[in-house]
Amino acid sequence: MLDSAWLVPLCPLAGAVLNGLFAHRYRHETVGQIAIAAVGLSFLFSLTATIALATRSEPLHQVTYFTWIASGAYSASVGLLIDGLSCTMMLVVSGVGLLVHIYSTAYMHDDEDQGRYFTYLNLFVGAMLILVMADNYLLMFVGWEGVGLCSYLLIGFWYTRQSASDAGKKAFVVNRVGDVGFVLAVLLLFVTFQSVDFLDVQHQLEGIKSSDAGGNGPAGPTVLTAIALLLFMGAVGKSAQVPLHVWLPDAMEGPTPVSALIHAATMVTAGVYMMARSALLYDLAPIALDVVAVVGVLTALFAASMALVATDIKRVLAYSTVSQLGFMVFALGVGAYAAAIFHLVTHAFFKALLFLGAGSVIHALGGEQDMRRMGGLRQALPTTHWTMATATLAIAGIFPFAGFWSKDEILASAMKADGVGWLGWIAASVAAFMTAFYMFRLLYMTFYGDSRVEPDVAAHVHEAPGAMRAPLMLLALLSALGGVVLGFPPEHGMLHRWLEPVFEAAAHPHAFSSLDILLMVVSLAVAAAGWRLAYRFYVREPHLPEQWQARWQSTYDLLVNTWYVDELYARVLVRPIYRLSNNGLWRVFDIGFIDRIVNGIGRIVRLDGEFLSTLQTGYARTYALTLVVGAIVVFWGLAG
Amino acid sequence: MTWPLLSTVVFLPLLGAIVLLALPRRREALMWGWTLGVMLVTFAVSVVLYAAFDSSLPSMQFSEQAAWIGGLGITYHVGIDGISLPLFVLTTLLSPVALLSAWQSIPTKAKEFAVLMLVLETSMLGAFVALDLFLFFIFWEAMLIPMYLMIGMWGGENRLYATVKFILYTMAGSALMLVAILALHILNLQQGGGRSFDLFDFFALDLSLQQQKLLFMAFFLSFAIKVPLFPFHTWLPDAHTEAPTAGSVILAGVLLKMGGYGFIRFCLPLFPAAATAFAPLISVLAVIGILYGALVAMVQPDIKRLVAYSSVSHLGLVMLGIFAGNLAGLQGGILQMVNHGLTTGALFLLVGMIYDRRHTRLIADYGGLWRQMPIFAVFFLVVMFASIGLPGLNGFVGEFLILLGAFEFNRGFAVLAALGMILSAVYMLWMYQRVMYGEVTHEANRGLRDLSAREITLLAPLVLLMFWIGIYPSTFLRPTDAASAHLLEQVRSRAVLAAPVSAALTPRPFPAGEGAVDHAGGQTP
Repeated sequence: MLDSAWLVPLCPLAGAVLNGLFAHRYRHETVGQIAIAAVGLSFLFSLTATIALATRSEPLHQVTYFTWIASGAYSASVGLLIDGLSCTMMLVVSGVGLLVHIYSTAYMHDDEDQGRYFTYLNLFVGAMLILVMADNYLLMFVGWEGVGLCSYLLIGFWYTRQSASDAGKKAFVVNRVGDVGFVLAVLLLFVTFQSVDFLDVQHQLEGIKSSDAGGNGPAGPTVLTAIALLLFMGAVGKSAQVPLHVWLPDAMEGPTPVSALIHAATMVTAGVYMMARSALLYDLAPIALDVVAVVGVLTALFAASMALVATDIKRVLAYSTVSQLGFMVFALGVGAYAAAIFHLVTHAFFKALLFLGAGSVIHALGGEQDMRRMGGLRQALPTTHWTMATATLAIAGIFPFAGFWSKDEILASAMKADGVGWLGWIAASVAAFMTAFYMFRLLYMTFYGDSRVEPDVAAHVHEAPGAMRAPLMLLALLSALGGVVLGFPPEHGMLHRWLEPVFEAAAHPHAFSSLDILLMVVSLAVAAAGWRLAYRFYVREPHLPEQWQARWQSTYDLLVNTWYVDELYARVLVRPIYRLSNNGLWRVFDIGFIDRIVNGIGRIVRLDGEFLSTLQTGYARTYALTLVVGAIVVFWGLAG
Repeated sequence: MTWPLLSTVVFLPLLGAIVLLALPRRREALMWGWTLGVMLVTFAVSVVLYAAFDSSLPSMQFSEQAAWIGGLGITYHVGIDGISLPLFVLTTLLSPVALLSAWQSIPTKAKEFAVLMLVLETSMLGAFVALDLFLFFIFWEAMLIPMYLMIGMWGGENRLYATVKFILYTMAGSALMLVAILALHILNLQQGGGRSFDLFDFFALDLSLQQQKLLFMAFFLSFAIKVPLFPFHTWLPDAHTEAPTAGSVILAGVLLKMGGYGFIRFCLPLFPAAATAFAPLISVLAVIGILYGALVAMVQPDIKRLVAYSSVSHLGLVMLGIFAGNLAGLQGGILQMVNHGLTTGALFLLVGMIYDRRHTRLIADYGGLWRQMPIFAVFFLVVMFASIGLPGLNGFVGEFLILLGAFEFNRGFAVLAALGMILSAVYMLWMYQRVMYGEVTHEANRGLRDLSAREITLLAPLVLLMFWIGIYPSTFLRPTDAASAHLLEQVRSRAVLAAPVSAALTPRPFPAGEGAVDHAGGQTP
């Protein structure tokens, strides 16, 4: 079964080809059915591969199909690596992907361009599966860029909207900045290890670790740190970390199911997956690891601060995603690789649910996304309400919902890590407090209090159809129970045991102690405090937000304008580069300088008159002139 | 005697042109059909040749040699190896594609056009296989004349200026190259080698570094202009913009490759010490070209000009690979020349298709085309991402190998070159957005018809090849293995011989450890 793992990414790709070429010939429903079948098969094959792996003694299985790019000593192949980590990702990607596909058939029901939509969506799942199943960095980059392409296409799906096509372009370009780091890392890996194969590199790294030489040789600590930082640069782009986070909030221009799948549950976690895949490398590059931890926790804080004041329901969730990705990256930075993957999985459940729930609200309100024009929707949208409430409890970290376990594990690992761990713990706890606050704020502003829905919209509010409710309920179940099933007891749950062989060489396991109990209580208290504050602000004393806004006007402006980062980039990078290119390079240098020289020479040999005579005289004169001058120079030089 | 397969491919188009001259001007369909038929047969024979080619041999294959102008030692010597083979087949592929693109857009003097296309094909093919420098020069010059005429007769409004500029640039280069060829001939005579223009005779010449540098520079100008290497590129945007679609396709697809090919075939092995000494300098120009071309492409209001400047950027990368002096760089450079031919050729075809409909090349005159022409938009999308270097498509494979080679040679160059990855996405996606997305803003764009069957037929093989090279590049990389390794070995061994001379004469621009000489293909000192 494991040898046919190629079916996992191939099914969705085949679906994309079918719909891409022939969608216009099918009935409306058939398009969605083909897409669902493709991802469904992929999920089934992922499941059988996982079972096959679990029932054998070998913890991993590598299968190579053919040589892809090779030149001299360098060679990269097309091959898959099936182990605990890739199986986890395969199940998340195809599983959540399947739910989003089902949801989409209802959500996109009235869109005339379903063929294009499902083609892109299938293509995305295929590319994402290549990303998580590849057995080497170069093939991983195929998936990496493939999902970037789909992200670009899906963000700009409603391409007649300027804002949508702008956002798609921005996402791709910002990601490319990170990709430069990724590519340079692959080059450095190639020249250092003569290989880009995960296992091969891991093997050589194990040699370095055990010999503890680390001094000289091609793979000294400087080189390893450089590789680790360059790979991290790729992750900063894809996983929207500061300072390349700017594309993700704008990515909300895409259809909401896309936001759920790509910009919350799967694609944006690719950076986290890639770094977890390189765990041993980071373990041997402690400086890089510190950088990772700092960037992660700063992102968690920074993004959460923007979510506090945003009023667009999708944007709140987008900032929240950036912030949660910061948590995962922070976990990697403190060496808690398994915890990072654990949070990745639970986050995929509850954040996909939150987005799909938001989609249901938006769907019900005929496209309204501003929470200031929502409120009191609890009765009208009961399923959406209780499922989203579950997800909110999960992301806020309330016991015993999924997020509690994974977030607590990250916090606890930070505390127990060496170095700046406890500082990180404080910062991450502040971010967790903000998370609880803004998430309950979202829940209250949407579903509680008085209705602020426009009257003409309010008349048509309706609960979502079954194809949308079913994924919500399934995800709610996973958001509630996923944490305790996968991750109890902390650091030794089912998921951890399953991932153990992958992180064996890099892991720093801790024993469960009374400190853990204490930290759990503290983090629960932090979450409860955030919840309570939101309750006070948005249910008990709804006049408070305006008061506070007036009192802290400048801070509010800073946050609501997202710290002016976009404006900064426009002023410091985009506009100067454009001016340099347009005025400086093109008009002054190209036309004004080089061309003037050429035209000057043209005037010397006097090229004018009719076309054919120009050709003749031009030909002859230039030729003769250069020939004579050239001959003199060359022969004089050769003789001398 | 075996059948001269190579010459058959080279001269089939010329033969076709002679027959075409006899055909009556009024029978237009017959003329087009005949020309296309000749080109397709040529392509088919070249595929046979590709299949019969033995990739394991580094040497010239299908060689033919015959005395030509005995008194001067000029021979008809042709042969093909793994370096010229991919470019040779690219030429036979792109020629019929370019011709077919002109089927409806060349309203006047169709016969002349078809004749020129055939003559052009023979001369390009000849230039790729000539092993006698005089013969090479003949083909080289013969190739330029149809191009001048094509731009001059079927070009846009500004064609006169473009033609004159093209003449100025290329003639200056050619004349110097002729001088260098004559000088090699005389040196060969002086060193007792007799009268010859044969490349292999010239390999045996004993040249001082001073002599190598001088001759290298004489060849350099000619090839650098053709590439075009920054700052010798300003003829290209004008020539491309004014040329008819078929001309642009051939120009971008094949003619520019002559520059890179010339460096590989002649400059590297004939003047290895000079090539090694100049490599850092040329790499600097290449890197500037990559970034400069991309930045200037970004601000172009004219789609064709944008694509032309993107060529400056992409071919800068090719040059960086060629002069990296290692296997990855060289093989990447060769493959990337093929890739650029396919991708940029296809881009010019696409631009030509909307030009035929709207008669404007300005980005601002478009907008919202996706809704009007979805098939066109999808083709454009795929080709654009091939050009951006999306893995899974052809451009990435070449780009990555070149970066790998450059990285081994000099990490700073590789880092700067990698920045081109960002810029190419910026200029392409921005252009695509303005042309395809949004609402239709110009009434003239409403109701544009989507691609015809003929147009899809033109693009389909190119797009298919983009996927093929992207997913399974071995088909195209393996034939270049042996010849590339052989060439690097040749350069390395002879650069080492000349090294003491060079050390005595001039200081190296870069310390040796910096990678000034690393033609070992991975064996860093």
